[in-house]
Amino acid sequence: MTDELPRTDAAVDAAGDVRPAAGQPLLRIEGVAKTFGSFRAVDGVSLDIKAGEFFALLGPSGCGKTTLLRMLAGFEAPDEGRILLGGKDIAQALPHERPINMMFQSYALFPHLSVRDNIAFGLKRAGMARADIATRVSEMVALVKLEGLEKRKPDQLSGGQRQRVALARALARRPQLLLLDEPLAALDKKLRESTQGELMELQRRLGMTFIIVTHDQEEAMTMASRIGVMKAGRLDQVASPRELYEAPRSRWIAEFVGDINLFDAEFKLRDGHRLVIGTRDAGTLVVAEPREALGETRFSVAIRPEKVKLSRRAPVSEAGRETAINRLDGVIADICYLGGTTIYKVKLDTGGMLQASVVNSARLDVDAYSLNQNVVAWFTPDDCVVLPS
Amino acid sequence: MSARRIFARPARFAAIAPYVWMVLFFLVPFAFVLKISLSQTAIAQPPYEPVFDVTAGWGALKAAFAALSLDNFKLLGSDDIYVYAYLRSLTVAVTATALLLLIGYPIAYGMARLPKRWQAVAMVLVIVPFWTSFLIRIYAWINILQHDGLLNQILLALHLVSQPVVWLSTDSAMYIGIVYSYLPFMILPLYATLAKMEPALEEAASDLGAPPWQVFWLVTFPLSLPGVGAGVLLCFIPIVGEFVIPDLLAGSNSLMIGQTLWLEFFTNKDWPVASAAAIVLLVVLLVPLLLYERLQKRQLEQGR
Repeated sequence: MTDELPRTDAAVDAAGDVRPAAGQPLLRIEGVAKTFGSFRAVDGVSLDIKAGEFFALLGPSGCGKTTLLRMLAGFEAPDEGRILLGGKDIAQALPHERPINMMFQSYALFPHLSVRDNIAFGLKRAGMARADIATRVSEMVALVKLEGLEKRKPDQLSGGQRQRVALARALARRPQLLLLDEPLAALDKKLRESTQGELMELQRRLGMTFIIVTHDQEEAMTMASRIGVMKAGRLDQVASPRELYEAPRSRWIAEFVGDINLFDAEFKLRDGHRLVIGTRDAGTLVVAEPREALGETRFSVAIRPEKVKLSRRAPVSEAGRETAINRLDGVIADICYLGGTTIYKVKLDTGGMLQASVVNSARLDVDAYSLNQNVVAWFTPDDCVVLPS
Repeated sequence: MSARRIFARPARFAAIAPYVWMVLFFLVPFAFVLKISLSQTAIAQPPYEPVFDVTAGWGALKAAFAALSLDNFKLLGSDDIYVYAYLRSLTVAVTATALLLLIGYPIAYGMARLPKRWQAVAMVLVIVPFWTSFLIRIYAWINILQHDGLLNQILLALHLVSQPVVWLSTDSAMYIGIVYSYLPFMILPLYATLAKMEPALEEAASDLGAPPWQVFWLVTFPLSLPGVGAGVLLCFIPIVGEFVIPDLLAGSNSLMIGQTLWLEFFTNKDWPVASAAAIVLLVVLLVPLLLYERLQKRQLEQGR
């Protein structure tokens, strides 16, 4: 494959469509809501998407992410709010009138049409010339590496090949916005991981705007440049993967994205730029002062397992004492070996449980801890996050 | 394969059961009819000369074979009555099936798009007429269609006509009766195909720029063709041989082949000619039957 592959041209675009350059706002969702019967599936979502972004809508099933996506595609009309694409309100436009295409979770390939005719379907509807269609189809077939399978019917393809046809079909019209509904859910783990990389590469090369819906936080973190976490019809936090992981806005998000240790706070004292927080299960912890002032609400201290270090004895040096300012004694209660890392569950002397994820950097297990071994767990104040409960 | 092995497993027995059924209830009766069609009329009980007499020995049997004649079949070809009856049967069946498809498709489509719990209700509504005897339902239609029947009363009340329309003993009445009676056989296979169609397919077509009528013609209809085929054949085949509805609702000036058969059997007591007519009808229907068979086989293969 070469690098001069399909950049946007005007062949299929609706007449007079001007596409925003990368980084310019493309899609604006304003206070969109949708109710089914008495169930408020989407409850006032506002969001801006910039051209060229790879955006992920992440959330558990039933959180409204798919409904939001279907409103962008035009399969559902919002009860409230506006959807602006390039400044134009498309909230009530029918699916076939939108310069948006979707890749379906089930792929929804037309079983009576060949791979070629599936990919050409949207181009024919756009009234493209026959010769141009042929060119575009072979371009797309090459793009998703399906050469030689053009005449096959969908039921003669493997799951991975079907996924590629679905992608090629959705990309063929060069939509301003591509929606992907759990595009990798039906693939096995290995294929899913390699396809994630290919999707990112494709998105970057085509300079297209992608919105992906997924319930898999790893998938969202891997692919997206920005993630919107949805819960009960609302957007809880919109942030980069790193910010989402290291600075989650709520206890719920912290628990949904990755593993985390949480200790409920009982009191707090200010000590310069730090807070001294008393917890019931982990004793007194020193944490960096959060960016947003804590009110009188209940809150917890959160530490990711990989930020927790374990050792047999407490560090003795001056510097060591500073980094190990939060030091908890305990005993190994459970060991979960995952190959690259091992998760230790430490039963703290103060009563709580603490998970620590340790990288197995040496092949021989001289550093490994055994069950019921006494250990010291420690972490720096900066590794802790204070979250309202 | 020995008989013992065939019966070795219940599954094997289950596999041959349909063939036993076919032989007992199709091939044997068919052989009887074929035999009668090759024999001569006689004023007797039954009203034909027995062709074979197995008890008479080998020589007599050979003589009987030599005496077999295709006269009855030749008569069918030479007499306009039969040719006309076949043609009329086919015309009626084609017209009625087309009407059934036109009426049944929108109903089946609407049913398949109802919310799940309403689909069950609609299904019952389609099947409910079967709870009443077929004959009673046709007599009910006679009642509705007669001179001062319900239909004329409504038409007069709405001032759509100035005087009662003659419905009974017309082709219109017959088509109303046939379409009414066969509608479930058209709707159910269509509904089954449409209901199991993945809704995302229509959405995908629309997403790719197809306006609603293209979504229908390019995706929904082609994918419902197995259902269309099943419905068309399920209606067409029995309508060709239909006897009761044309006899009760249509005029008597042009007969369908089913009525002609009835006349030959019971009025003219010419069993051999009637049997020959029945066999020709079967051969004519073999074409759509084989089509249906192939269609089902292909569907099974695709369903894998």
